[in-house]
Amino acid sequence: MSIRRRIVTVVAAFATFAIAVMIWAPTVGSTPISLARAFDRSIPWDDNVDAQIFFVARLPRVLAGGLVGATLAAAGVVLQALLRNPLATPFTLGVSAGASLGAMLAVTMRLEMTVLGITSIPLASFAGSLVATAIVYALASSQRRGLSTNVLLLAGVTLNAFFSALILFVQYLADFAEALRAIRWMMGGLDVGSYFPIVAALPFVLISFVAFAMMTRTLNLLSVGTEAAAARGVEIVRAQRLAFMSASLATGAAVSLGGPIGFIGIIVPHLVRLIVGSDHRIVLPASALFGAAFLVLCDLAARTLMSPIEIPVGVVTALIGGPFFLWLLVKRS
Amino acid sequence: MIKILTTKNTKLTKYTKYIKVFFVCFVYFVSFVVALSAQAPPKRIISLVPNVTEILFAIGAGPQVVAVSTYDVEPPEVRSLPTVGALIDPDTERIISLRPDLVVTYGSQADLQAQLTRASIPFFDYRHGGLDHIMVTMRALGARTGHVDQAEKVARGLQAGIDAVKNRVAGKPRPRTLLVFGREPGSLRNVYASAGRGFLHDMLVVAGGEDVLNDVDKESAQVSTEMILARKPDVILELNSASRLNEADLKAVVDPWMTLSSVPAVRNKRVIILNGPGLTVPGPRVLDGIQKMADALHP
Repeated sequence: MSIRRRIVTVVAAFATFAIAVMIWAPTVGSTPISLARAFDRSIPWDDNVDAQIFFVARLPRVLAGGLVGATLAAAGVVLQALLRNPLATPFTLGVSAGASLGAMLAVTMRLEMTVLGITSIPLASFAGSLVATAIVYALASSQRRGLSTNVLLLAGVTLNAFFSALILFVQYLADFAEALRAIRWMMGGLDVGSYFPIVAALPFVLISFVAFAMMTRTLNLLSVGTEAAAARGVEIVRAQRLAFMSASLATGAAVSLGGPIGFIGIIVPHLVRLIVGSDHRIVLPASALFGAAFLVLCDLAARTLMSPIEIPVGVVTALIGGPFFLWLLVKRS
Repeated sequence: MIKILTTKNTKLTKYTKYIKVFFVCFVYFVSFVVALSAQAPPKRIISLVPNVTEILFAIGAGPQVVAVSTYDVEPPEVRSLPTVGALIDPDTERIISLRPDLVVTYGSQADLQAQLTRASIPFFDYRHGGLDHIMVTMRALGARTGHVDQAEKVARGLQAGIDAVKNRVAGKPRPRTLLVFGREPGSLRNVYASAGRGFLHDMLVVAGGEDVLNDVDKESAQVSTEMILARKPDVILELNSASRLNEADLKAVVDPWMTLSSVPAVRNKRVIILNGPGLTVPGPRVLDGIQKMADALHP
């Protein structure tokens, strides 16, 4: 089978799965609803509980889950290739810690502004992720020869630790109610209740995905090694910058939408590699699609398993992701 | 030989009797002294729990309070008192250096309680409970601080106020109410509500509402958008800590609810914001909160 055909077949299979999950997910929930009633236009909107449950509560949630899952999984693939480290995640370089610090400050400083329907917490967390990205980038590009992956990795890990310390400090000074709210935000949540936050995150994710699509070949070479890539004519510095910036931008947007939902960015790429091999032309789109389906399914579990109480979606992904991560480590050694 | 032994034994028995009598007297005396010193009302109280501080002042033990927690703001007298940390960061050194003879601690402060025990400083162990627990705490503190009569008076007064509200709403239809006490500003994300148990739930029941999340049986629960739509509350009561809300603020707080237009509370404009600090402090001001809730539910 030619590679082009293989890409089309595999991506089509994953796309079918993702679409099926995303069509099915909004029809299930903690409350039984009548789909016929939900789509019945003759019932006034204000009287149609089924339609409101479907269109206000579930659909935005599923769409947010799809967007965040696809983004985190794809960003995971890009960072694993860029850092040549299979244990890298979208959060390895401090983006999520920056975003969390931003959200934490918005909560404790009681910022209550709203810009174009976007509330202060997503805004502040996106700003935090940009600050973290800028710091790591400045550190890593201080040498002229380009981004050193080791420096990137160390800077990211250090920044994560530093921001976490700041988060703990702010949390310690905060009121109980505020601290609880911030902790809850860090567990991740997709109950967005409106389409505004999704529409706001979409442009950043789309720009990043265009960049991802352009760099699949480069990622194949980068994951072998920078020298090998340079020998094949890859402009290393440019490629690294593009990969780092686009992955960080997408992660920042995803985290501002759903909170720092862990493990998607590591489980999904590895599972997909196990199924389809390591060619980034296939792994990247397949991971994005599988990530979307996976997070939507995790959120479905989160909102139904213990109904009427919800489990934070980050807890669900971590409960599945933790053991998987350990298995991966053992298998590697 | 046997005779001698018997005599000796009789003598011994005689002494034993005296020793016993002396011992009983001694124990009685010691316990009397201990009891007396324990009964002596404390003169230097430190309260680490803000609502208990309010109770102490209400029952007349205010003048005995020498330090409070960093979160204490009510009554105004406490604002000039030294602060000694709070629930998770009590400043043990400072507490001990203030030479208290009673420290009000929260139930989860086990480390602090152990340190106080080692320093032979008595403490009053408090934990939040339901609405009735306020009166129980008032009476217990009254006994402990030497204000039995005033504590009894305040507790009875509060109970009478609660009963008056109960009587006022008795027989009226009880609207199914979602009692919200926290959410992300400007959106309906991370909505926290009272869920069938605890102090806020008790306040709602006294005020004549039916908790729409009764079956959850938890003190608080995070409710999803779907759950709010599915439960169809007649009234949404939202507690807001802001001391004043102007028209624009109020609109900004109420607006996010408008997306859920199929919910009876939204459709019938019965999303009611109760604002003001201390609405839900389990102390003497609780009656004010209950009355506001009752006014909102039964206008």
